[in-house]
Amino acid sequence: MPSIDLETEAGRKEALRRMLTIRWFDETAGERFADGEIPGFVHLYIGEEAVGVGACAALEEDDYITSTHRGHGHCIAKGLDPKPMMAELYGKRDGYCNGKGGSMHIADVDAGMLGANGIVGAGPPLGTGAALTIDRKDEDRVALSFLGDGAVAQGQVHSAVNLAATWDLPVIFLVENNGYGEGTPADEQHNVENLSATAGAYNIPGITVDGMDVTAVNEAVSEARKRARDGKGPTFIEAETYRFHGHFEGDEELYREDDEVERWEARDPIDSFAERLMDRGELTDDGFEELTKEAKSTIEEALEYALDAEEPTPQEAYDDMFGADVPELTRFAQQVRADGGPDHDNGGER
Amino acid sequence: MASAGLEAEQTETMTVREAIRETLREELDRDEDVFLMGEDIATMGGVLDVTGDLHEQFGKDRVRDTPIGESGFMGAATGAAATGSRPVVELMFSDFIGVAMEQTMNQMAKMRYMFGGKTEMPVTVRTTEGGGMGAASQHSGTVHAWIAHFPGLMAVAPGTPAAAKGLLKSAIRSDDPVFFFENKMIYEQSGEVPTDEEFTIPLGEANVEREGSDVTVVATQRLVGESLSVADDLEGDTDVEVIDLRSLYPLDTDTIVESLNKTGRLVVADESPLSYGTHAEVVARAVENAFYSLDAPIQRVGVPDTHMPFSPPLEGEVLPGGEEVRDAIERIV
Repeated sequence: MPSIDLETEAGRKEALRRMLTIRWFDETAGERFADGEIPGFVHLYIGEEAVGVGACAALEEDDYITSTHRGHGHCIAKGLDPKPMMAELYGKRDGYCNGKGGSMHIADVDAGMLGANGIVGAGPPLGTGAALTIDRKDEDRVALSFLGDGAVAQGQVHSAVNLAATWDLPVIFLVENNGYGEGTPADEQHNVENLSATAGAYNIPGITVDGMDVTAVNEAVSEARKRARDGKGPTFIEAETYRFHGHFEGDEELYREDDEVERWEARDPIDSFAERLMDRGELTDDGFEELTKEAKSTIEEALEYALDAEEPTPQEAYDDMFGADVPELTRFAQQVRADGGPDHDNGGER
Repeated sequence: MASAGLEAEQTETMTVREAIRETLREELDRDEDVFLMGEDIATMGGVLDVTGDLHEQFGKDRVRDTPIGESGFMGAATGAAATGSRPVVELMFSDFIGVAMEQTMNQMAKMRYMFGGKTEMPVTVRTTEGGGMGAASQHSGTVHAWIAHFPGLMAVAPGTPAAAKGLLKSAIRSDDPVFFFENKMIYEQSGEVPTDEEFTIPLGEANVEREGSDVTVVATQRLVGESLSVADDLEGDTDVEVIDLRSLYPLDTDTIVESLNKTGRLVVADESPLSYGTHAEVVARAVENAFYSLDAPIQRVGVPDTHMPFSPPLEGEVLPGGEEVRDAIERIV
């Protein structure tokens, strides 16, 4: 069973709800970042919601994903809770990573989310590794690695795809081609028109889909998942999409024209999906308003949770380096913290 | 040369290579989650014949030949470890870590910490180090200081067959990433190895291989054996204590300090470049913790800051050995 069945009316509404939740999460994160409340960098998913939701809807709950530095959307699409997500953005102890990761590293391994990632192209080798565990343990799961168009230039991506293809591992590589690798157009970074051409080198299926259409993404990933579960190995999917904001918040976006942004905004993946549901008689204007209100209120609660959450104590910086079987390290850290250094009073003794 | 503390154990004479291979066999047999992956480790048995016949016993699923793509398979090992496997990777030559450094330093080393402790990372990376084979600069490096320096990774480097077994068991059973550095010139070195399948050496514990009262030689890998030979040669003249450091990170300060409190003199012998490395860390711990016990300047034996050259006379020039250890001892005793 996919986690959200887009064949049903309830499933389609749930998909729309998740897209709206992502939209409001990121609108809110962007505002709060601009206000100087959120430290570090923030990369927003606004405009790309159909890819994350369409893909994760096709996965089952215990499937794995790896993510990118633009990971908020993937987290919500995978079913993570916006409260600890927002708390993580604020660096709070109750964030998903106890404040150690921030926006670019949100993870919840138990929920199958193997981490947003600050390194472009680092996710596919990890997805291949998760698929290796699945394969070895004969589990009924798959792994899906999201990557950006810029990541297709990274050697480790190709090394991972080659390994997965050679071993027929149950992994799906999903490129979110939003047209820009940071501030440089994708067509200045790659010599192929469609990045799905990458698949040809590895003798696996490569397809390009409309990444503004949640249904199209969902169908492609569903088929790739089936193929993976049938032991036929990976699929390489390119979803053509667009980010409505800059590479990071505060990006002046000198590299693109306003009319390009407007052209893509006219294809807003949320509005267009809502319109389709209205055309089918499954959604009214009021219904859409209601879903939007629900999403906003979910995010308001998340924000409140984050603001009320406690800061970690400075000592927590030393936690989580290693597992429990390395007492020496803990002792060393405590020695430095508590004693201000080793004992200097035993001089001359021998 | 029996290692101190092993007298009561049932032992068998083995080479370092055999000790590693038998340890891998025992751990593959013990735990289904353990599997091996690396270049040419299955059908070929490893370029230096360490994995040998393991693929015949355990099959292609447990002993996997990978494509020559270190960034891909080191990353796959990391992803596999985060999801419930216990991969043991063979990275053919440690110089190749460079190819996979991204997955090593930004993923494997940081995932547990960045995720707030919400994942384990039970991966072991076995790799070969060292000069002496005329293999030139790209197949002779000793790079363990890179890994020992990097937070989140553990690094061990056995100097005896028994240490090879005990440390490799601990590495494979650890829930953290451990790099296991094998000096390629000691694969044929033999010694007594406990036969107990539960014989482990805690990560972070050095061993006094030979007791002495005049000078402490803290050595690693090949230089442990060389230092023991030097100690034998000097017997009756200088009483040399030899410590196999074994764990580079975590590092056993207590054993070093205890020895210095007795001898007051220190030589650090490790086949890595001399600047900013293993030697410097041991010296720093000694100075921080046993400054008032020191009676003479500390001496370092290592590779001058060069790469390993190809031509035998050149390689012989830069490769440290017993002679350099002996000179270092004589300078301070």
